[in-house]
Amino acid sequence: MKHTISVLVENEFGVLARVSSLFSGRGFNIDSLSVAPTNDETISRITLETRGDEQILEQINKQLNKLIDVIKVIDFTDGSGIEREMALVKVTAEDESRAEVLRIVDIFRAKIIDVTPRSYTIETTGAPAKINAILELLRPLGLKELVRTGPVAIGRGAKGWKG
Amino acid sequence: MKMNGARILLECLKKEGVDTVFGYPGGTVINIYDELFSFKEIRHILPRHEQAGTHAADGLARATGKVGVVIATSGPGATNTVTGIATAYMDSIPMVIITGQVPTPLIGNDAFQEVDIIGITRPCTKHSFLVRDVKELATIMKKAFHIARTGRPGPVLVDLPKDVQIAQTEFKYPETIELRSYKPTVEGHPKQIERAISMLLASKKPVFYVGGGAILAEAAGELTTLCDLLGVPVTTTLLGLGAYPEDRPNSLRMLGMHGTYYANMAMTDTDMLVAVGARFDDRVTGKLSTFAPHAKIIHIDVDPTSIKKNVRVDLPIVGDVKDVLTKMIKEAKSHPDKVAAFQEAIAPWMAEIEGWKAKHPLTYKHAAAVIKPQYVIEKLRELSDPDVIVTTDVGQHQMWTAQFFTFTKPRTLLTSGGLGTMGYGLPAAMGAQAAFPERQVITICGDGGVQMNIQEMATLVQNRLPVKIVILNNNFLGMVRQWQELFFDKRYSQTCMELPIDYIKLADAFGAKGFRATKTDEVEEMIKQGFAHDGPVIMEFMIAREEKVLPMVPAGASLNEMVLNA
Ligand SMILES: Cc1cc2nc3c(=O)[nH]c(=O)nc-3n(C[C@H](O)[C@H](O)[C@H](O)COP(=O)(O)OP(=O)(O)OC[C@H]3O[C@@H](n4cnc5c(N)ncnc54)[C@H](O)[C@@H]3O)c2cc1C
Ligand SMILES: Cc1ncc(C[n+]2csc(CCOP(=O)(O)OP(=O)(O)O)c2C)c(N)n1
Ligand SMILES: [Mg+2]
Repeated sequence: MKHTISVLVENEFGVLARVSSLFSGRGFNIDSLSVAPTNDETISRITLETRGDEQILEQINKQLNKLIDVIKVIDFTDGSGIEREMALVKVTAEDESRAEVLRIVDIFRAKIIDVTPRSYTIETTGAPAKINAILELLRPLGLKELVRTGPVAIGRGAKGWKG
Repeated sequence: MKMNGARILLECLKKEGVDTVFGYPGGTVINIYDELFSFKEIRHILPRHEQAGTHAADGLARATGKVGVVIATSGPGATNTVTGIATAYMDSIPMVIITGQVPTPLIGNDAFQEVDIIGITRPCTKHSFLVRDVKELATIMKKAFHIARTGRPGPVLVDLPKDVQIAQTEFKYPETIELRSYKPTVEGHPKQIERAISMLLASKKPVFYVGGGAILAEAAGELTTLCDLLGVPVTTTLLGLGAYPEDRPNSLRMLGMHGTYYANMAMTDTDMLVAVGARFDDRVTGKLSTFAPHAKIIHIDVDPTSIKKNVRVDLPIVGDVKDVLTKMIKEAKSHPDKVAAFQEAIAPWMAEIEGWKAKHPLTYKHAAAVIKPQYVIEKLRELSDPDVIVTTDVGQHQMWTAQFFTFTKPRTLLTSGGLGTMGYGLPAAMGAQAAFPERQVITICGDGGVQMNIQEMATLVQNRLPVKIVILNNNFLGMVRQWQELFFDKRYSQTCMELPIDYIKLADAFGAKGFRATKTDEVEEMIKQGFAHDGPVIMEFMIAREEKVLPMVPAGASLNEMVLNA
């Protein structure tokens, strides 16, 4: 099962390497990963997607917590979080397909961010499922290039992670 | 007062109570050595190889419970420490490794003797630091020692660029350190402890399975009190040997691949397994699907990742063994009636265990003509001091030591369990002897492994460290040969050490003394002579070449499927 996990870490030299080598060294999967500083500049937030059965996920959580630079690990899989992802998509758009692309962009409230006579580049954000859905519709028209950020996630409700 | 980074480093070591370090000089640590020249509070021992220096720091740590310290230069000096670091990491040994690094502006430039030692050691250190500003040095050292010794202990590496050693700043050592991201859970949850005692007292076939964590926690006393109060049987892992006295009637000695018949039978039939600072290693569990099939499992460990890693656990208690056992003793004492009833209820189980002990005790066939290694170990025990420290190398001799020495005190067996590092025994003994100059220190080695760090004879002689080096010489890489005999049709591929070495001459070359015994009736006399000599000695025993370590649970088999005699 897919899990989206946020890892709050000390903004120290080499932290990302520690997190990623934990996954590779122990044979855990990383499907996507994003990192950026938070409102507290001493803390960075890593969001990653991983897979595994319950026992593996428990180990991943514990092993992440065990890293000295990890402050908190939040697993959003129980629906406690909101996930958003961005994708940039370059699609073939010639003659008759140009209108079709625009229609899809419109339905998904995506944006055209670059135009050439033979292509459109689209920016779209949303829950990962929404990105998958728009890609499904665009794929038959000819995907030239796809860039996904992987999801970031935040807890629901009024509280911040520090509670 | 302003000082340079090199001096600050030494002041930090002093503040941490370090009196002995092992290290090897080189270009990027030359400034540290220059400061050391006039720094009298720290004794520096120069090994002949950085790997040995690292094992020596590890041996010192295991013998004393303090943090071992080793210094190495950048590049090859640093990479030479890696096996020693990994050895310490696998067995949770507190250590601080200080490596020189090329000057900060050169990092990343493939400079002379530059290596990314932090990257190389990332998977085998508890944590590591690159010091980029001399102003951070004192705080980093404070953190390094704190991390190394607390929670589940482990090695911490501090990479110190040369320019940082030269740069000057005010020295101020932090009194305390607070790390928001590192707060190990030391105190066991009272409710869980209550539950544990009531579960335990309701069982009929309990076993305590005790590991290195009990020794790391300095909890041998509490363990013995609790187990004797309850009257339960106790088995220990290789790394737990000495946590519970093996000469007590309730000791089942070591369990696992080369454990006793009765310990492994008890593990298979138990209905209540209490794991104390042990990590269910595959050498201990055998085939997981048939491991302790009828047992409820209570697991006490300071590291949550050890819990439920490979076996299911019914009641986890995260916390320090000493804290948890102290509370368990208190809880058990508050229910004297239940304890009495419990002891009655487990009487049939204790009798069953006695039956197993009588049926298959640890044993070997004595021989007059050829020396049996088990006999040597028994004689070593008999003739050595009561507080002797024994280190081993890795192989058959290590298992014979574990089976036949009878360990009764914690921190008296120092052995590489998790990594199984050949070459560990001799330098680890060097570290233990440096820490305890007055105690008897023996290292028991094979003829293969002893050659992996034999150069340390020089360090022993130079520093007057009177380690007694025992070589059980079968002229084989015996442990591998045993596998080849049992599972590869006696095809002894590359396990025969063709060249006999004259260890008496070798000892002589280093300025030490060598002895050799070839017959059983020479063993006792020779051990006496060796122990009586007041410098380092080699005692070589020409043992039965194809003797096997038994019992043995073949890899992948269940714990109760032991080969008892083959
Ligand atoms: C040739 C060879 C053969 C071997 N055969 C056997 C064998 O037959 N039987 C055997 O037992 N071993 C054997 N071993 C050793 C084996 O590989 C493991 O090293 C050993 O079993 C691990 O012991 P342990 O479970 O006590 O773990 P350790 O590695 O000592 O782990 C200690 C555990 O305690 C925890 N801990 C640490 N400090 C504390 C604290 N203060 N409070 C609470 N918890 C703490 C840690 O988190 C960890 O989970 C063999 C090794 C070799 C090289
Ligand atoms: C550094 C290292 N290399 C290889 C091994 C694999 N190995 C385990 S035991 C052993 C044989 C050891 O032979 P010896 O030192 O003579 O001891 P014996 O088993 O004969 O008592 C070997 C090669 C190891 N554990 N460590
Ligand atoms: Mg040998």
